[in-house]
Amino acid sequence: MTLDLEMAEIAKVFFQESREGLDVMESGLLTLGTTADAESINTIFRAAHSIKGGSATFGFAEVAGFTHGVETLLDEMRNGVRAVTAEAIQTLLQSCDCLREMIAATEAELPLDQGRIASLNSDIAHILGERPQVATAPAKAPAASAEPTAAAPAAGASGWRIVFEPAADLLRLRNEPTRMFTELARLGAVVVRADASRVPLLDALDPEACYLSWDIEISGQIPRAQIDEVFDWVDSQWRAEPIPAGNSAAAVPAQLDPPPEARPVSVERSPAVAAPAAQKASPDSGSIRVATEKLDNIINLVGELLITQSMLCGFADGIDPNELDRLRQGLSQLARNTRELQESVMQIRMLPISFAFNRFPRIVHDLSRKLNKRVELKLTGENTELDKTVLEKISDPLVHLVRNALDHGLETPERRSAAGKHETGTIELGAFHEGGNIIIEVRDDGAGLNKAKILQKARERGLVAPDQELTDEQIDNLIFMPGFSTADQVSDVSGRGVGMDVVRRNINDLGGHVQISSKEGHGSTIRIRLPLTLAILDGQLVRVGKEIYIFSLLAIVETIQVSKDRVNTLVGRSEVFRLRDEYLPIVKLCDQFGIEPDSRRAEDGLLVVIESDGKRAGVLVDDLLAQQQVVIKSLESNFKPVAGVAGATILGDGTVALIIDVPDLIRSMGKLGGGEVTAHAA
Amino acid sequence: MGKKILTVDDSASMRQMVLFTLRGAGYDVVQTCDGVEALEWARQSAVDLVLTDVHMPRMDGITLVRELRALSHYKFVPMLILTTESSTEKKMDGKRAGATGWLVKPFNPPQLLATVARVI
Repeated sequence: MTLDLEMAEIAKVFFQESREGLDVMESGLLTLGTTADAESINTIFRAAHSIKGGSATFGFAEVAGFTHGVETLLDEMRNGVRAVTAEAIQTLLQSCDCLREMIAATEAELPLDQGRIASLNSDIAHILGERPQVATAPAKAPAASAEPTAAAPAAGASGWRIVFEPAADLLRLRNEPTRMFTELARLGAVVVRADASRVPLLDALDPEACYLSWDIEISGQIPRAQIDEVFDWVDSQWRAEPIPAGNSAAAVPAQLDPPPEARPVSVERSPAVAAPAAQKASPDSGSIRVATEKLDNIINLVGELLITQSMLCGFADGIDPNELDRLRQGLSQLARNTRELQESVMQIRMLPISFAFNRFPRIVHDLSRKLNKRVELKLTGENTELDKTVLEKISDPLVHLVRNALDHGLETPERRSAAGKHETGTIELGAFHEGGNIIIEVRDDGAGLNKAKILQKARERGLVAPDQELTDEQIDNLIFMPGFSTADQVSDVSGRGVGMDVVRRNINDLGGHVQISSKEGHGSTIRIRLPLTLAILDGQLVRVGKEIYIFSLLAIVETIQVSKDRVNTLVGRSEVFRLRDEYLPIVKLCDQFGIEPDSRRAEDGLLVVIESDGKRAGVLVDDLLAQQQVVIKSLESNFKPVAGVAGATILGDGTVALIIDVPDLIRSMGKLGGGEVTAHAA
Repeated sequence: MGKKILTVDDSASMRQMVLFTLRGAGYDVVQTCDGVEALEWARQSAVDLVLTDVHMPRMDGITLVRELRALSHYKFVPMLILTTESSTEKKMDGKRAGATGWLVKPFNPPQLLATVARVI
């Protein structure tokens, strides 16, 4: 059925929306710990309320049932009935986690973790001061209509007598009495008598007001609930009582008791807080959801446009000089337009880094409790934008780095105060643009790295030769070596021995770079440099023989010409050259890719010095060509993965050029190029 | 020409569900995300029915109903509030603000249509 299909589509929107709602709840709950202002509780409540309403509407009764308890607790907090305690916040945070899992399971049509749900339900009930009730259990979710179902009329009744004395605004509010009479008439035979005695004289008559009241008799075995439903919107303006069997319509009792449902008008309460003007605009206001696939398609097309444009430019160099100026003018305009178009299309893929940062208040909160440390997390530059894919891939490494900073970097409050520091440590997570890159920094004011211990460990593991001298910076960066962990005890938080090397590899694979610097007793700073996007690369074109290759400009340290006396051949190994006081291995692309160069001698060509993973090498090329932005085309999806090649691009003249995978090239060199750390010249 | 309905809800999934149901029944639907946006739109335009959620950021549904009622061209327009509260409290708040009636969440498309049909 199309209705079901359509509802399933809409349910997807609900899942996404619920996840966003949970994010709102979580970050709100985390701030509640410090400030409990009415509006933030309200925001959390509203998010829970929406999840409950939506899940019930889309038929996810268990989610709705669970959220009901959460909502009740939040409602009491919001109304000031329930204190905002650390315990309650903790339970609510756990409930958010549980809801997240429930929603994921519901979406994937997997069974729910009933044990966890029941345990949190009882925690919430405990806070609410109740025994766990069946009402909050998933099986009994709100039914389609939450209206109280009243009993059937008393046995022996032959119908109802209803007195309807509407308020004067009945008609203005568009509650048509005729609509109600029609609905009643569907239930049974109806006799309606209008009482017009209150209608004033014409000059006193307000044409908008209702002066009539009605006396209605309806016969038949009609449940009270059905009558309630008809008069649903005008409650307290009517009353009904059963007509005993045998009584004629004419026998009207003199006085009717007020109906049992009549409730006292509730105490006037200011309606749900006046417009919170100060509320921050939600981050996705004015945004649209676009499938990444569609965007990639557009980006690809723009890439093609770029190629066409550069082809035309190359073509213009070879035609009649008289016509050239106009053509050049047009082309430079095309170039500008193309670039602008490309930039704005690329913008679509850009997301603020807050999407990755938002996880951290929660992570730091949980972890600091676990480790008994006091931490203040500072986030800066949350609006710095970067490519969605880069953002997704950097998220896990960042978590690892922050956990490490908390676990190993920051000291316990006792140690901090003994060292004359503030008991509360600080972790700063910041992002900003620098050139065409984004820089992310994780900074802590903890103990810093213990250089002596790191060096000792590195020597024990043979990562550094016993007599090798290292700078402070080199020592710090040893922690990114595979298998390196200085944690004395392996904790479940971090320090499993894998980690920092994986972090570095992930970052390198994104075309980025990571570095740590630290000062003993003052803390460490980890600096990650990332390209803004993976789709486009600032490339350096180089020539080897007839082939053209491309290096990412980010990976190039410098390009030099070497004289013969600086090149040495190592026995059983390849050639190395001396760059200032370092020996660097020489990589010959001609050997790597099996092509014929102009010359195999290092002194005849140019050495492009590249760096990755803290290791450097000189790549021998015949010539340096232009620097240009290139659109990366995947080799893997069009051909097959090739070692040492990150992708390909199409140049202006239509030829395909391969983009060198610098991290891969350097890694493959590890086997050839000496120790892990480049040795200093003896 | 179908009757025109203004819907106000901060939840995208609810908006879509309501939109799909009402459009399917031949109504002309205008969607807004909160009270402020709805009020802004309503100042310039008229509708046959307003259907609003209660809990929304910036301006809640009850305030919206009160504000709309104060506009001369909305004085007689039916207004329904969508609420999960089955307690009378919110309903009475809505009533006092000038709502015609309410629809209790969760509701399904037929229930929504039946309720809408009551007032237009």
